[in-house]
Amino acid sequence: MMDVQLAERQAELEVLRYNPEIAGEPKFERYSVPCKTEWCVLDALNYLKDNVDPTLTYRWSCHMQVCGSCGMMINGEPKLACKAMLRDYPGVIRIEPLAHFPVERDLVAVADDFIAKLKRVKPYLIPSDKRSLEEGEYRQTPAQLKRYRQFAMCINCMLCYAACPEYGLHPKFIGPAAISLAHRYNRDSRDGGRDERQEELATNEGVWECTFVGACSEVCPKHVDPAAALQQVKVASTVDWYLEHFMSWVKK
Amino acid sequence: MAKSNKPIIWGTFAAGGEVVSLITPVIIVLILFAAIGRPPSALGYEQLHAFAAWWFGKLVIFGIVFLSLWSQAHRLRITCFDFGLRADGLVATVFYVLAGAASLWLILILSSI
Amino acid sequence: MSRNPYVREVSPTTWFFRMPRYMRYMAREVTSIFIGIFTVIMLVGLARLSEGQVEYENFLAALRSPVSLVFLLLALAFALYNSFTWFNVAPKAMPIQVGEELMPDMVVAGSHYVLWVILSVFVLFWAGVF
Ligand code: SF4
Ligand code: FES
Repeated sequence: MMDVQLAERQAELEVLRYNPEIAGEPKFERYSVPCKTEWCVLDALNYLKDNVDPTLTYRWSCHMQVCGSCGMMINGEPKLACKAMLRDYPGVIRIEPLAHFPVERDLVAVADDFIAKLKRVKPYLIPSDKRSLEEGEYRQTPAQLKRYRQFAMCINCMLCYAACPEYGLHPKFIGPAAISLAHRYNRDSRDGGRDERQEELATNEGVWECTFVGACSEVCPKHVDPAAALQQVKVASTVDWYLEHFMSWVKK
Repeated sequence: MAKSNKPIIWGTFAAGGEVVSLITPVIIVLILFAAIGRPPSALGYEQLHAFAAWWFGKLVIFGIVFLSLWSQAHRLRITCFDFGLRADGLVATVFYVLAGAASLWLILILSSI
Repeated sequence: MSRNPYVREVSPTTWFFRMPRYMRYMAREVTSIFIGIFTVIMLVGLARLSEGQVEYENFLAALRSPVSLVFLLLALAFALYNSFTWFNVAPKAMPIQVGEELMPDMVVAGSHYVLWVILSVFVLFWAGVF
């Protein structure tokens, strides 16, 4: 088999380093890494860890934009390191952990807050009518699938949280991905759990902290369009509010 | 956690945003004509008075100004927070009270035409 | 192993300088200052209208000051910016599904633009600008 020759490039990386065992602020370290031009930023980090500094800490797993673990700030933008191609970054490449999250170590962001919020919104099917095994599967038409499919594409990479200024300003905000995933189940024809999820979503910390900056949708690597999900949740919650209040007046 | 009461204002924000986006630029253009000394005929006293005296004209004016007031009051509240004014409760009260007072004034004006 | 996460604070007053998209967002929010003031001008105009012809003519005359002219031009620019940002994102809040397919955003946004142009031309025509 013939070897494909890729062009070489000496990439200049500035990586934010933080060691929790040593007191002090995170600091940028500069590295010059021999790369191939077709590498992604994750390849450059892997080279660095394998050949220069084995203590460099960051998350990754799939190297193919499906696991959602390699999110980091690359030149100030939230990106998947395995999707950010070196050829798109001609100059010095500045790499930091995802914005708005605490830093665990080096490029690892603390995800606890997001995971806790995800649990709160019950992002799983709560069947409207439970079927026994003998009754067979829950059926769904292609049109019913399309109603929510885009919101089901989320890989929990948290890039949208790093982009959302409202999450940065109000850390209690449930945030784009968790609300989009809740909305994904709300729009599922087999689901009956919307009322339960509204207890979290229709609160001030829920969808109402969103001011529709739209940054989440711009950075989402999976085209989930979380901003769309949140606006739809607002419209539905507003209709609920008016119905609930006017209905109770009418009944009086 | 209790459900939010923001929908009541957000309803007017959404409706107002739509109305403002569709109609405000052209109203500003009309006023601009007046500002360069060439008021279009609809801004003449007789015509505008007649329009505002007609029930449908009143309805149109009320709809536009009322929704404009509430949608902009809501957005101003958020803008204050985004610029770093953290006293959101106070800011909200001030803007919503102003919008409420202006709405009352609007009703008084329209009913006196 | 003990954890010692490092928290990076977000500045409440300067955060929007960090990214151009935040600046675009703030520009959209700031439109409310101009549209808000313009709404008050409309209210005052209506109040003068209800008071009588002389008062109303005085209001029209006051509009001709340079300050008012500059303000109106700025207000027009911000109002147009608001309209564009609004129409462009309008499809997000209301997904429309026709048969199996979801309507592309372009169609919904486009129909907003069409409606906007028709309405604006109609108002100009009705007001006697043409
Ligand atoms: S919505 Fe998009 S950006 Fe946010 S976590 Fe999911 S895939 Fe990532
Ligand atoms: S390594 Fe899995 S998404 Fe990048």
